[in-house]
Amino acid sequence: MKNEVLSLLSGDVLEENVELTLADLCRACRLPADQVYELVEEGVVEPVGRDPGSWRFQGVSLHRVRIVLRLQRDLGVNLAGAALALDLLEELEQLRARLDRLGR
Amino acid sequence: MEFKDYYTIMGVKRDATQDEIKRAYRKLARKYHPDVSKEPNAETRFKEIGEAYEVLKDPEKRTAYDQLGANWKAGQDFRPPPDWNQGFEFHGGGFTNADASQFSDFFESLFGRGFARSGGRTRFDVRGEDTYAKVLIDLADAYHDATRILTLHHTEPGPDGRPQMKARTLNVHIPKGVRQGQHIRLAGQGGAGIGKGDSGDLYLQVEFRPHPLYRVESRDVFLNLPVAPWEAALGAKVKIPTPTGIVDLKIPPGSSDGRKLRLKELGIPGKPPGDLYAVIQIALPPANTEVAKAAYRDMAQALKFNPRARLGV
Repeated sequence: MKNEVLSLLSGDVLEENVELTLADLCRACRLPADQVYELVEEGVVEPVGRDPGSWRFQGVSLHRVRIVLRLQRDLGVNLAGAALALDLLEELEQLRARLDRLGR
Repeated sequence: MEFKDYYTIMGVKRDATQDEIKRAYRKLARKYHPDVSKEPNAETRFKEIGEAYEVLKDPEKRTAYDQLGANWKAGQDFRPPPDWNQGFEFHGGGFTNADASQFSDFFESLFGRGFARSGGRTRFDVRGEDTYAKVLIDLADAYHDATRILTLHHTEPGPDGRPQMKARTLNVHIPKGVRQGQHIRLAGQGGAGIGKGDSGDLYLQVEFRPHPLYRVESRDVFLNLPVAPWEAALGAKVKIPTPTGIVDLKIPPGSSDGRKLRLKELGIPGKPPGDLYAVIQIALPPANTEVAKAAYRDMAQALKFNPRARLGV
């Protein structure tokens, strides 16, 4: 890790140009596939593609799954509760942005 | 090392029941959970609460902690007494799944860190953990490719196996068109892998520094544009600032307060690019001279305007 100190690092924007396969998502979130199926069933993540083998997840899925896992672990909510919280958090974020726009 | 008053952190009395402690924890955890909370110190608080709960929820650890006595004050310099935890047998039972590696030195000195390393001695090759950090950028940075120098702190096991604080500096390219809340993924810059496992990735969560003029909503950028009453009424051509420079804007005649004038594709670049909205705010000229007052009176005479017509009065 010495020579990379001032070299310029470039990356992708997760929400824009990253697509994940089922295997990618499992590996990144350290989850077995059947738990990802449950997340898909609950609508936490919505892959495109007919069957799990050809599923493609948007990059933002990674972030959503991690939030749901943390909420389940830290707050003791179940999957449906975490999924609901995630949706509400997203809505809250949008409302906050709008409030900020109107409030000043 | 500093003494930690776990009872104060949890906001419970020293004689609180296990149920009271659990309720207090649940409430605080919801309030300070970093994914949920907007409190500025949420992450630190959440860790503290997790650590406090780890001790107080487990009758064994709680009893041991209580043995230290009630005279310690938070922040006081602390050394565990030499006979500390003699006669206690910890079962490590009842741990929350809190990230024990985040616990304080104080916790560690009392309860050790053995359990902070579950599965540390694996022979498998394991990919390193993905790590997260925030990067604060200016709105203007999202309009053209920019670079940012970041200093990140992380812990890694030192020669003696104890975690050490390390800092590293990264020079990062901020891609054009990036938006608030998005994540820049830097492959292989996360935690080191175990065995032959690859390193994890580093995710930089983008946040815009608040701007005095512009507000951002998704890809769109909003600017409050003060205009004189006659500019709004008669129309005008005015100069307005944008994140990419000054442009001319035509204000159509009869523009009311709050009207949004769209400047196509002058928002955050992308596919599709966002728009810039100038939000009309009619500014009232002060009536602080005789001339100004006369002008207002003339207007009142000439216009016969009832602003409250819709109120039926």
